[in-house]
Amino acid sequence: MKKHAKIKNTDAVKFAEIQIVDNQQFRNDLASLIAGNGRLSALFLLPRDGQNLMLAAVSDDFDATIKLFATPCQKEFASLTSDIPQAHWFEREINELHGVEFPGHPWLKPIRFVAKDDGKSEVIPGVTSYFEVSGEEIHEVAVGPVHAGVIEPGHFRFQCHGEKVLHLEIELGYQHRGIERALMRNQPHQNLRLIEVAAGDSTIAHTTAHAMLLESLQGLKIDRNAELVRGIALELERMANHTGDLGALAGDVGFLPTSSYCGRIRGDILNTTAVLCGNRFGRGLIRPGGVGHAVDKALVSTLLERLALIEADLKSAIGLIWNTPSVISRFEETGCVSREDALAIGMVGPAGRASGLSVDVRCSHPFGAYKQHKPELPVGRSGDVFWRARIRWLELKESIRLIRAMLAEIDNAMAAPTCSAPAAADSIAVALTEGWRGEVCHVAVTDNSGGLAAYKIVDPSFHNWYGLALALRNQEISDFPLCNKSFNLSYCGHDL
Amino acid sequence: MFHILKARLHQQYRTYPFPEKAPVLSPRYVGRPQIKTSGCVANCAACAKVCPSGAISRSSEGRPVIDLGRCLFCRSCETACPSGLIRFSTEFSMPASSREDLIVNSESYNTARALPEEFRKLFGSSLKLRQVSAGGCNACEADCNVLTTPAFDLARFGIQFVASPRHADGLLVTGPVTQNMKLALLKTYDALPSPKIVIATGACAISGGIFRDNAEVNNGIGDIIPVDLYIPGCPPNPWTILDGMLRLMGRI
Repeated sequence: MKKHAKIKNTDAVKFAEIQIVDNQQFRNDLASLIAGNGRLSALFLLPRDGQNLMLAAVSDDFDATIKLFATPCQKEFASLTSDIPQAHWFEREINELHGVEFPGHPWLKPIRFVAKDDGKSEVIPGVTSYFEVSGEEIHEVAVGPVHAGVIEPGHFRFQCHGEKVLHLEIELGYQHRGIERALMRNQPHQNLRLIEVAAGDSTIAHTTAHAMLLESLQGLKIDRNAELVRGIALELERMANHTGDLGALAGDVGFLPTSSYCGRIRGDILNTTAVLCGNRFGRGLIRPGGVGHAVDKALVSTLLERLALIEADLKSAIGLIWNTPSVISRFEETGCVSREDALAIGMVGPAGRASGLSVDVRCSHPFGAYKQHKPELPVGRSGDVFWRARIRWLELKESIRLIRAMLAEIDNAMAAPTCSAPAAADSIAVALTEGWRGEVCHVAVTDNSGGLAAYKIVDPSFHNWYGLALALRNQEISDFPLCNKSFNLSYCGHDL
Repeated sequence: MFHILKARLHQQYRTYPFPEKAPVLSPRYVGRPQIKTSGCVANCAACAKVCPSGAISRSSEGRPVIDLGRCLFCRSCETACPSGLIRFSTEFSMPASSREDLIVNSESYNTARALPEEFRKLFGSSLKLRQVSAGGCNACEADCNVLTTPAFDLARFGIQFVASPRHADGLLVTGPVTQNMKLALLKTYDALPSPKIVIATGACAISGGIFRDNAEVNNGIGDIIPVDLYIPGCPPNPWTILDGMLRLMGRI
């Protein structure tokens, strides 16, 4: 294998340091890295010096590095997916955006239904070929894009035999707002706001990744206190969503006490984020150069008091789940994803950990406050709804511990002024953060004047949607809401 | 059974007595802006330059005018204004009945009016809503969902989110209306029995928000379906959403 450029999380390097290898070497090196400890964090096409380069960012969870390498990509590229299943969704994305054909790809079709630039060929969302099962007593169920609840749109198509789901196919793209294209307008004050709403329930995870990238490219060192505030906000975001999910899971099996308590407690946690910055979703809190709001000792005590109340309420509300056999029996052995499958498709976050993968960027590629404050990493066994729920509870308790530790260390965080230092020219930087759904990856490439030449966002949902499809294999179709909720993936984070 | 009762005692009764009592919001909450009418520096435009969503224009006298339908409440203009003309208050009651009412150029503001009498007879004590997310980032959606929790208890006002447009009196839309959701939105709207009302929730649904003029989206629902209530914010606070619904029903 070639010696590829190796960087730490949030580092920037000159683009010239990236090895450009031939297609065969790219395939071999990628396959051997993935067979080792590597995970494909990003794979995308980048126009550079008159040709298209396919660039891979492979995270190594054991030596805390990210390897970067590239290969020229013509109109046709032998599909990597047969050797590297993690590449399947990335190849579909590249095919859709750039028209590259991937001979050998098992199921090459659009993932977002992006309109074609020519303005002639009409793209109708959801209208494509679907995997079909035929035979006596086989029937098809189509759901969405508009669902029954207050929830984002997506299309689900089930192939069923009686109640049993043989196959689920998920078609998204209804939420495509053109974020990556809009970022290329290079307006920093707009870009931060676009990143805030990439996935609105993961504002802190995405804005932290974006801020770290810009700080790295601009050579800025941020204050330790600001790092701690970012860490606290990220853990609050995790707590709010895990609490909401546990409540919703209880609701889906008809256990209303936990469901109604958690709905309210989630609000209390969002309001704690609002204590920091005025907004329940952390809008305006993270900015390149630091944080947008000061945190003094008085605010630290307010946060500690709120946290104590939330902790007591959570223990009472969620403790009920583990003491109620009817709930546990509905969770156990429902929607299993095996460790082998999870590893092959590159699942991340709590869903990956529920299936037994030790993946958590906070531990493997520590950033900001997590360099000193590492979480204990709970790992599940059977990859079923039970473990996806259980992992969330264990993480909730761990988040409370981390927030207390970070609050204890804070010494008067100041609001940072909006900064606009020039970014390093012809460079590339990668930032990984661990959002509540899993790894958030941002990659920025600059041109010869330091402007953005490319910006890639990979939301954890991009890796995990296929995991939901696998979880439904041989399940009762009536278990779909429960399985779906146990993943609770982002539609807009995927569609961008 | 005993542990369920014990938890019930611990969790207490938590429904907030709104609208009788004003909600307690974070001291850092960013509410309705107010603009002073004197002291603007000629040809300054510092406020408009920093606005990420192009919400600020200038009046014929050159003073700032903020379109709450596009405002993200990021406070950049407040910080940028050298003469302190713009001040964001903690007033959460911002929903409006018309697009024009969202235009702020002074310290006064017209909050939403109740529906006409014939609509109020139908929807004044029972309002069933179908929600459609058409490119929403899940923040507006989450803050609509939270209204159904015990803290707000939306059902005590006769308001409910329902699963089918056929069961609904109104449509609550979030998101800028992506090209890919336009058809689904129109079909849902058509499936609602008449008479029906429409609520645009959040900057995206009102104007396209930060996505305005992206080829991938429409600029909100205004050009697509008629709107009865505009709820500004990014996202609007749940109290703002509830305030708008109750004003529409003539209950505030």
